[in-house]
Amino acid sequence: MKMKLLFALLAAVVTLPAHAALNVLACEPEWGALAQELGGDKVKVANATTALQDPHRIEARPSLIARARNAELLVCTGAELEIGWLPILLRESGNPLIQPGQPGNFEATRYVPLLEKPQRLDRSEGDIHAAGNPHIQTDPRNIGLVADALSKTLAAVDAANAAYYQARHAEFKTRWSAAISRWEAQAAPLKGAAVVVQHQAYPYLENWLGLKQIAALEPKPGVEPSVASLTAVLTKLKITPAKMVIRSAYNDSRASEWLAQRAGIPAVELPFTVGGTPGATNLYGLFDDTVNRLLKAVKP
Amino acid sequence: MKRTLIASGILMMLSTSAHAADDLQTIRSEIEQMKTSYEARIQALEARLAKAEAAARQADNKAEQASQAAAVAAQPAPSRENAFNPAISLILAGTASHSSLSPSTYSIGGFVPSGGEVAPNPRGFSLGESELAISANADPDFRGNFVLAMAPDNTVGIENAFIQTLGLGHGLTASAGRFYSGIGYLNSIHAHAWDFTDAPLVYKSFLGNQYADDGVQMTWLAPTESLLVELGAEIGSGRSFPATTRDKNGSIAGALYVHVGGDYDESNSWRAGVSYLGAGPQNRSYADELNGVPTSNSFSGKSQTWIGDFVWKWAPNGNATVRNFKLQGEYMRRNETGDLSCSGGACTNVPGAYQSTQSGWYLQGVYQFMPHWRAGLRHDRLDSGSTDFGAGLNPADFPILAAYNPSRNTVMFDYSPSEFSRFRMQYARDESRSTAADNQFALQYIMSLGAHGAHTF
Repeated sequence: MKMKLLFALLAAVVTLPAHAALNVLACEPEWGALAQELGGDKVKVANATTALQDPHRIEARPSLIARARNAELLVCTGAELEIGWLPILLRESGNPLIQPGQPGNFEATRYVPLLEKPQRLDRSEGDIHAAGNPHIQTDPRNIGLVADALSKTLAAVDAANAAYYQARHAEFKTRWSAAISRWEAQAAPLKGAAVVVQHQAYPYLENWLGLKQIAALEPKPGVEPSVASLTAVLTKLKITPAKMVIRSAYNDSRASEWLAQRAGIPAVELPFTVGGTPGATNLYGLFDDTVNRLLKAVKP
Repeated sequence: MKRTLIASGILMMLSTSAHAADDLQTIRSEIEQMKTSYEARIQALEARLAKAEAAARQADNKAEQASQAAAVAAQPAPSRENAFNPAISLILAGTASHSSLSPSTYSIGGFVPSGGEVAPNPRGFSLGESELAISANADPDFRGNFVLAMAPDNTVGIENAFIQTLGLGHGLTASAGRFYSGIGYLNSIHAHAWDFTDAPLVYKSFLGNQYADDGVQMTWLAPTESLLVELGAEIGSGRSFPATTRDKNGSIAGALYVHVGGDYDESNSWRAGVSYLGAGPQNRSYADELNGVPTSNSFSGKSQTWIGDFVWKWAPNGNATVRNFKLQGEYMRRNETGDLSCSGGACTNVPGAYQSTQSGWYLQGVYQFMPHWRAGLRHDRLDSGSTDFGAGLNPADFPILAAYNPSRNTVMFDYSPSEFSRFRMQYARDESRSTAADNQFALQYIMSLGAHGAHTF
């Protein structure tokens, strides 16, 4: 009797998802958006984090474990960005499809040359990543490289729709390279602009647009800026002035506002990923808004 | 005068124009020469430009190929022997504590002593438990986890040593070895990740601090979309309180639990659970004292513990970096029936029936009000409930079991310079003993070295 009740209860709770679309769990919104671009209506995408959350400091929440259990494809940044929570999700999901080494475990940083590989691996350097800086999504050319690889993975995981993914990828590639040329043309006035960043999150953006990073507010990656470290940056700016101080949508605004006021430069909040600002509704919006906000800051 | 001037002017002009005719010729020829030479040069330049463009195009192609090659090369290839090394981490902890009563006389009034390290920290400076953890995937199907606990008294114990499947499919995970039971909320969390320096009173009195067993565990996740529904079952050797190991085939203790959890919205997440721990302890003995004469009491029978737990976490937009709040509480109820015997001293040494129903709970809240800084408050309460002794027993032979409702209030502040280090200050007014209240102060550090530990909910 008790058993029957238990099963009845389970049946009530369990809603078996209709197996129509490929279940994709994206660790960050940019990869969720990319999977949606490439997968169209053949995929069902859920994001594990939002643009307002620090992807380094997520916990393996119950809802995430539940989502990982049904995922057929996991799309993450990799390079240890999710090391604080993804291992638990994988461990507790009971899901063989998305374990490391399986086709359903996709790491974007494997397909992009990484910058800032640390010379010294030591925690005294802060929260550094051995493989290099993982914030690759701020350069649209990287998104293109990841799209090439992700479309192949989609085709491998869901072979029945391989042709569909291929076609969507070809279309995306054309539109994306046109968009890159447009952004590059728009962003020409940004070349050589000196910037301060809050977190070491923008080497790829700087590399792409030719921005020059003067300083970072965090004294070490992942270490919250203190008044002492901010004062040091302010002193540095007196010798080498910067045009603006950049932070991501999820960053606490106080540090950059502090510096902006004292150095007399604009504090620029960038979406960092899809959903970070009202304008960054998809991948195109992400870069439209990023370039716009940067241009606004350098205008005299 | 004017005329001569004009005439001479005209003459001059004429003469220059005669000269000019010659000059024009030479200039023309020079221009012609220049033209041809420039044309040649321009052509040469154009040719060079075309060449350069072609080269640039080639270079571009090459660069693209190179970047693609680099991208391929960027895929981490385990080339070194030690690339297969497991993740190793070491926890270092230490405490300085001050208490008004000696921890050596600690007992929880009304409750059978649970064994384990339930007493408050030793007075003065003491090393906390150092914990060495090693874990890695064994192969595509299994992972292993090993945690060695080095106690301050130089004894070494194996805290965890288990293997676990990596996705059996259908949401199933199986583990075998020594592990912390999945019952309750705090039980499976290692002590260094607790929000206070010690365990809640319910954990001390009902589970001997933390329930671990040698056995097997099976968990199943329901295929729900975003609501976590987890069922777990364990059977084991009953190596720790409230069970006892026995010379018996099969299992001595078992546990069942259900966890349900999810997101209320982007800022709020929760988890709730119900657990059951059943055991058949035999000769579970403890020392008591009657009129100054030590006695030894032992219990054999059936022990059943029910646990209800919940945890609620809030962080603005789910971003816990600056501010966050965590509320957690657990309720435990234990029913024991069997025989309790007493021997030594004034004890009659007559086994008699024993039946008890006891309960307790704690509620705690921890608030991070700015980066690095947290403050917490915890309230503990136990109810020694009803204890029935059979006709053969004399209740006066069991002074520890005299009815009493222990309680404790704890306040804590901690500062974490980074994710890997923490300093904590804690004060507790502990009324566990029926005789007097104990004021406990503790200063603690916890550091985590090596592999990046993951953040459980």
